[in-house]
Amino acid sequence: MTDISAPARIDVLQTEYMALVRQRRLYGGLVLAIFALLMASGFYVADARNAGGFWEGLHRVGDYPAAVISEAWEKRAELPANLVKFFPALVETLNIAAVSTLLGAIFGLIFALLSTRGLARWPRLVPLFRRLMDIMRAIPEIVIALVLIFMLGGGPVPAMLAIAIHTTGALGKLFSEVAENADLKPVDGLASVGANWTQRMLLGVIPQVAPNFLSYALLRFEINIRASAILGFVGAGGLGYELKNSMSWGPGEFDEAAAIFLLLFGAIVVFDQISSRYRNRLTEGRLA
Amino acid sequence: MLSVSALTKRFGDRTAVDQINFTVDAPCMLGVIGRSGAGKSTLLRMLNRLGDASGGSITYEGREITTLKGAAKREWQSRCAMIFQQFNLVPRMDVVSNVLHGTLNKRSTFATLFNLYPDADIHRAIEILDRLGIAEHAAKRAEALSGGQQQRVAIARALMQDPDIILADEPIASLDPMNAQIVMDALRRIHEEDGRMVICNLHTLDTARRYCDRVIGMRDGRIVFDGAPEMLTTDTAREIYGASGDFSEGATSTEIESLDRPAPASALPA
Repeated sequence: MTDISAPARIDVLQTEYMALVRQRRLYGGLVLAIFALLMASGFYVADARNAGGFWEGLHRVGDYPAAVISEAWEKRAELPANLVKFFPALVETLNIAAVSTLLGAIFGLIFALLSTRGLARWPRLVPLFRRLMDIMRAIPEIVIALVLIFMLGGGPVPAMLAIAIHTTGALGKLFSEVAENADLKPVDGLASVGANWTQRMLLGVIPQVAPNFLSYALLRFEINIRASAILGFVGAGGLGYELKNSMSWGPGEFDEAAAIFLLLFGAIVVFDQISSRYRNRLTEGRLA
Repeated sequence: MLSVSALTKRFGDRTAVDQINFTVDAPCMLGVIGRSGAGKSTLLRMLNRLGDASGGSITYEGREITTLKGAAKREWQSRCAMIFQQFNLVPRMDVVSNVLHGTLNKRSTFATLFNLYPDADIHRAIEILDRLGIAEHAAKRAEALSGGQQQRVAIARALMQDPDIILADEPIASLDPMNAQIVMDALRRIHEEDGRMVICNLHTLDTARRYCDRVIGMRDGRIVFDGAPEMLTTDTAREIYGASGDFSEGATSTEIESLDRPAPASALPA
């Protein structure tokens, strides 16, 4: 302990700290000014390059939803029939999402453990696995799906593979960040009894990170439901294909579009509820 | 001044604090002792309104505390400072900023967002740090300090609040004996020099005996002892800690002197 507190010293400390504070305030003000400038100029550029113009189009933003809702309301009697009609498509979409999430989570887990500092099986190859995940994340699902559909033909399998590849990259990154914060003491303990790498990961790391991993995987599942619906637009089947048809075939189909939106919305709400319940149970189980 | 009556806290079907009553008439240094899980922390958290009471009442100068809401509750919290076992500072912010957090209740969110504390407050924060002997660390990040230094920063934050009451929840449980003594000395000095009420959770008997004017012993959520520290006999201590005959005071000690003491338990005044 160095408890020197001469009255002269405290003045010096106060002056020094005040100088620091002034400097910080200056930087803070500059950052704020730059931020405001970028926001304003960015908006201006985007608006100038916009084909229609933001301000001219603003009042028309509500037109399309209004048309969908009013038409769907007129034909509301057909809604139950439409829901039944499109339910198989929803199942197909969910199927694509589930299989791709499962595959993506398994490969993401392996990639994550191989690319986490302190845990990696081959520490020198960490950058390689990271770059592989970067590539899988960087290419949009829709591009992978288009290439695969070109090679394999339309259908759910190319969509599933496309989403699984993207999910591997995305979950691998998230998993690796969780694993980085894992406590290494159990791993050391297991290493001290002569466990191999797989055993150390399986018994020392996975129990610690499982709730977080599962929570990310469930979140990814929700995202993938949406992704697999979108891939329907490029010919991968499921809800998206039906939605594209009902939306683009002009007037008379908006009731079907509304039914599809309801199904999609309902599915996401249901899976969000289920996943949050499971996540809670896992975290409580960990506390007990 | 401070009066607690029939205060109760339940977590599910477990009662952490069970119908406790006590009154404090004048600012004093009050020690609350008992083993882990006796309800000491829960009691302090209820006093600060970090946790809501399940029943009973707390009044301070005639004002009911348990029913305060919103701004009134935060105003009360600013008047009864809390010191935690794990310091609970913001690790990545510098020491003075952490101390200045003591004034948050008086400042607008906008001002704190841009670090616009009045110069007078900044000067006072450094003076408080100087009083606690850590002014030279003013510009360092809180996480760069040792445990004992961090706890003194936490005390400085509490003093910055200019509180009526200081609640300290096991302030020395994470510290080594040397730092524990510095922190306890600081708390005692704050009580003596500023006349603030200090309520301090401790799990060691000798610390309570040495620093406190009055001791409350808790066991399983109930008060089993309330009186001057001189009245604490080995038998009462055994009751508080639920220990058997082989219990000795030295076994709970964290003080340096106790290491030199030959037979701590038998040396107790009856």
